[in-house]
Amino acid sequence: MASTDAPPLDANRYRQDFPILSSVLHGDQPLVYLDNAATTQRPRCVIEKIVEVYERQYANVHRGIHWLSDQSTDLFEEAREKTRRFINAPLREEVIFTTGATGAINLVARSWGDANMQAGDEILVTEMEHHSNLVPWHQLAARTGCSVKFIPITDEGRLDLEQLPALLTEKTKLVAFTAVSNVLGTINPVVEIVEQAHQAGALALVDAAQSAPHGRNDVQAWNADFVAFSGHKMLAPSGVGILYGRASLLDAMPPFLGGGSMIHRVTMHGFEPAELPAKFEAGTPPIVSAIGLGAAIDYLEDIGVDNIHHYEQMLTQQAHDVLEEVGGVRFFGPPPAEKAGIVSFTLEGIHAHDVAQILDQYGVAIRAGHHCAMPLHKRLGVAASNRASFYFYNTPEEIDALADGLRAAKRVFRR
Amino acid sequence: MSSRKEEEIYQEHVLDHFEDPYHRGELEHRTHVHQGDNPLCGDQICVQLKIGPDQRVQEAWFTGDGCCISLASASMLMQALEGKTVDEVRAFTAEEMLELYQARLTPNRQKCCLLSWRVSQAALFSPVQDGVDSGNREPAGGEQSGPHLGEES
Repeated sequence: MASTDAPPLDANRYRQDFPILSSVLHGDQPLVYLDNAATTQRPRCVIEKIVEVYERQYANVHRGIHWLSDQSTDLFEEAREKTRRFINAPLREEVIFTTGATGAINLVARSWGDANMQAGDEILVTEMEHHSNLVPWHQLAARTGCSVKFIPITDEGRLDLEQLPALLTEKTKLVAFTAVSNVLGTINPVVEIVEQAHQAGALALVDAAQSAPHGRNDVQAWNADFVAFSGHKMLAPSGVGILYGRASLLDAMPPFLGGGSMIHRVTMHGFEPAELPAKFEAGTPPIVSAIGLGAAIDYLEDIGVDNIHHYEQMLTQQAHDVLEEVGGVRFFGPPPAEKAGIVSFTLEGIHAHDVAQILDQYGVAIRAGHHCAMPLHKRLGVAASNRASFYFYNTPEEIDALADGLRAAKRVFRR
Repeated sequence: MSSRKEEEIYQEHVLDHFEDPYHRGELEHRTHVHQGDNPLCGDQICVQLKIGPDQRVQEAWFTGDGCCISLASASMLMQALEGKTVDEVRAFTAEEMLELYQARLTPNRQKCCLLSWRVSQAALFSPVQDGVDSGNREPAGGEQSGPHLGEES
């Protein structure tokens, strides 16, 4: 490693907290879990919290007069408050529990989009978006006649922001972009893009699915109008995610899903919606998953999100170094110093799925395919790529295991 | 770690087909042609058949690109199809295709193995008309028979 400084955290200490990380596969291969951009694993404290709630504190929230319902409601709202603090949102009612980042973005597209977009209007996204921040806008375009435009990427995998001023016009109503690319690992300049969007009179939505788990996400510093992320990519159960929205915007938006909880009053003829955040939380929410998210946030804050960010950048640098030595590896995205803990690559002459298949036999779990970013792969000129993605519990030894697995793949395919 | 399970999937005969495929290329005077893909991995296979007046497959060729499994299985299938009658090709099931491949595949990789089989089934219904290839794209979603998993989103 280039640096002689002590690593910012002790991964081996934290690994002890994750029961699944001591798994042994195929008889004798220790699990090397490098698919964290798809979903992370859960520490014991989150698992135990879930069990504890189901065993002692579970009932529906915001409904009962009874003691259990109060317990459950308190924990649920406590999780909202923890999340508010985690992203530095000004108000608790600006933190909406959804089913995930996808659910959050679809909420904005359906509610804000349907009410505000019309033919001739434009939404600006980027060429590096995950399908979850692309397809909802295609759907909105099909419903309203608005159009979707793209901020291109450079050959190095950065956003080509020189194009931004020309792309932002009076027709642009929303700029929706990812804070960190789930394929390239590129860390985008969120503050700069939001500022330019606002200057053009557009709103800004930040897809924080790949940034919230791995570093500081301050919605006020970003000055973002909407921010979406998922719990399962940050140690929490799947099925819960967050939409942060500026209160003035959320207040003006019509409810998306209708049902229980989201109403103030219902008559035979109609309804009056509830106040925020209930207005956007129709039906029984993912109660225990949300409480699990609160426990996950406690755990992440205990480690320190800046420590996590720095440690992962160190792993990314190391991955570039050791994979380079394997030979025949083509990296995607900018240089490691500009990336989060995501390293995508192809191995010359071997299809991404064959690479992943052989790695699996060595216990190494990575992603192979288009990683829900087909337009980006078309831009990169490859049908599929391999992606190793790290978290604070990964070790330098695991990256060596990845390199060893790639050497094995080359042997099998006589490359 | 040299003789591990990957050799079950990437057996010698599989690698042989992958590196030196049977009838990979364009077939002149083809009577039937069809192309399909697996969006999950970007694999694409085009099957080109020459079916004689006796309703027998005289020649079977393929073009395309993909992973080792999709290309090796296409090569094996082309060999197997030649000499079969149209009815016999139609009766050739997904299970038989997986048996032909021999190496045991996880459900996810069965899709790779079955791509050329799926395309060959559709090719029977895609005659070349007046020298113009017709129907050389599957309808969206593809008609999938046999084992398959949902696509990656």
